[in-house]
Amino acid sequence: MTSQEKAKAYWKENIRYVIILLLIWFMVSYGAGIIFKDALNSIRIGGFKLGFWFAQQGSIYVFVILIFVYVRLMNKLDKKYGYDE
Amino acid sequence: MNKMLILEAINVQNWTYILVGVTFAIYIGIAIWSRANSTKEFYVAGSGVSPWANGMATAADWMSAASFIGMAGIISFAGYDGAVYLMGWTGGYVLLALLLAPYLRKFGKFTVPDFIGDRYYSDTARIVAVICALLVSFTYVAGQMRGVGIVFSRFLEVDIDTGVIIGMLIVLFYAVLGGMKGITYTQVAQYCVLIFAFMVPAIFISIQMTGNPIPQLGFGSELADGSGTFLLDKLDGLSTELGFAEYTNGSKSLIDVFAITLALMVGTAGLPHVIVRFFTVKRVKDARKSAGIALLLIAVLYTTAPAVAVFARTNMIETVSNQPYAEVPKWFKKWETTGLITFTDKNNDGQIQYVADESQNELVIDQDIMVLANPEIANLPNWVIALVAAGGLAAALSTAAGLLLVISSSVSHDLIKKVIKPTISEQGELIAARISAIGAVCVAGYFGINPPGFVAAVVALAFGLAAASFFPAIVLGIFYKRMNKEGAVAGMVVGIAFMLYYIVKFKFGWLDETIPDKSEWWFGISPEGFGAVAMLINFLVSITVMKFTNAPPNEVQDIVENIRIPSGVGEASNH
Repeated sequence: MTSQEKAKAYWKENIRYVIILLLIWFMVSYGAGIIFKDALNSIRIGGFKLGFWFAQQGSIYVFVILIFVYVRLMNKLDKKYGYDE
Repeated sequence: MNKMLILEAINVQNWTYILVGVTFAIYIGIAIWSRANSTKEFYVAGSGVSPWANGMATAADWMSAASFIGMAGIISFAGYDGAVYLMGWTGGYVLLALLLAPYLRKFGKFTVPDFIGDRYYSDTARIVAVICALLVSFTYVAGQMRGVGIVFSRFLEVDIDTGVIIGMLIVLFYAVLGGMKGITYTQVAQYCVLIFAFMVPAIFISIQMTGNPIPQLGFGSELADGSGTFLLDKLDGLSTELGFAEYTNGSKSLIDVFAITLALMVGTAGLPHVIVRFFTVKRVKDARKSAGIALLLIAVLYTTAPAVAVFARTNMIETVSNQPYAEVPKWFKKWETTGLITFTDKNNDGQIQYVADESQNELVIDQDIMVLANPEIANLPNWVIALVAAGGLAAALSTAAGLLLVISSSVSHDLIKKVIKPTISEQGELIAARISAIGAVCVAGYFGINPPGFVAAVVALAFGLAAASFFPAIVLGIFYKRMNKEGAVAGMVVGIAFMLYYIVKFKFGWLDETIPDKSEWWFGISPEGFGAVAMLINFLVSITVMKFTNAPPNEVQDIVENIRIPSGVGEASNH
């Protein structure tokens, strides 16, 4: 691979990760916490209605996990393409 | 006397003096230890900050007086709708980590206008960015200085103006001396103070009310009184009984909740004082990691705040609703004198009626009380009450310092060095940076003492402007190689124009006789949520204009290819 092809391939994989993670980001916050809140509220976990829990707790936990997953994926990707420092 | 008795004997005010004094001494000590000697140290702390230190500093930078004092209070009155702040002010970090921070770090300059100016090869773009950065930061910082003044006046019984001046002097000292380097390490200390101060009362109250020491779980648990009722069910019941909306169900429309959350998320990702924190780490991978650490540390407070909101609201209703006014607890009287609680006995029965119906409601409670008075309402020890004061000050000062640095670097670096006098020497620029920091503190202090009457409206504007200008311009600059200066400048200008128009019309009401009714909102979206629409307008205008104009020059396209690859970053440099 030339360095230009390598850069292109790296970027393509990165974009794929970003799209997948942002889809999850959207689904927990705008999906579970807002659009489907009322439907999810019929399910209860302890004292929490599920939609309310996603809006005020769950989405924030998922956000944190998403960033650390991205950190891991990208560190691996950097190594694979030799961009690691 | 044993130790516990001594601890009990010190009153709240002395505890406050002790805790505030000790924390201030720490901040000043750090400032002296971390003086800045070069512009690189002044603007980006020499780009040598570790991911953990930067994560803590970013968290303190981000969590302002509004997060610490205001947010739990707002949520406790808004119920479910408070989620717009919880998700909006955390979800933006996912965007930062995935779309902005690593690339801006690789780009490796000092400021956000640096990126806009270089990527769009245009001083017009640079100046538009400087104006946005100044507008956003000044509106924000005025609120912080006011917050400092309020905390001082409540807890140390000095007037608000004196409090603002003390706060100014402290910030002046460590921001002017240490620049970004001083600010970073004081913010690390401030994070520790503020998170401790927020968590201790929350844990105490959670144990009291539910027996569970983890507030995040506590507010979903059963009450500790053995009734077997879940706390949230009880609060839903109390709320509907008094005529309010059910706590776990909001009253805002779905589209508005959606729009406000989106506007706050992209606004967060576009705020210059947050973005520049990622210029201070060594490598691209550190920028990603420290975004994760920052959000983790922010999430500690942001997942506790909704629990505090539920505890405080339930406690408050139970303590005052339908109780005889003559028998109210001491804290009630104390906060009444500050005007944050007002009681008018409309039906002259000597009892407090707290209900949703305006004509019968006799009690008005300021939202800020929910955090400030929460420890007193729950009868916590004096040192916990004083801790809240030290925490509130740490939150307000750390955010103010971060904003002041953006203001001073916008003036000394983006305007003087890049536009007005490019020949200025490093020492000259450093002096200019310090002078503009002093100027910025004075302006901020002025607004703290004479707050514009529309502070709350202005904060909505700050997020809206960041969403409408920086976020699209930076994202397109990284992910769309063909985006050119014509597109970016047109997008920013049109986006900002729409945002300003909407705020002026629907928030200030300057275009009509009065503020227009909700029914006239476009698509039912409030001014707070309009940043989401303005952002979309920016994207559309940028891409359309770009299609009809020339592609950017090759060397700019090379910059874009270069920032997409993490290696070979070097340190942040002047050129």
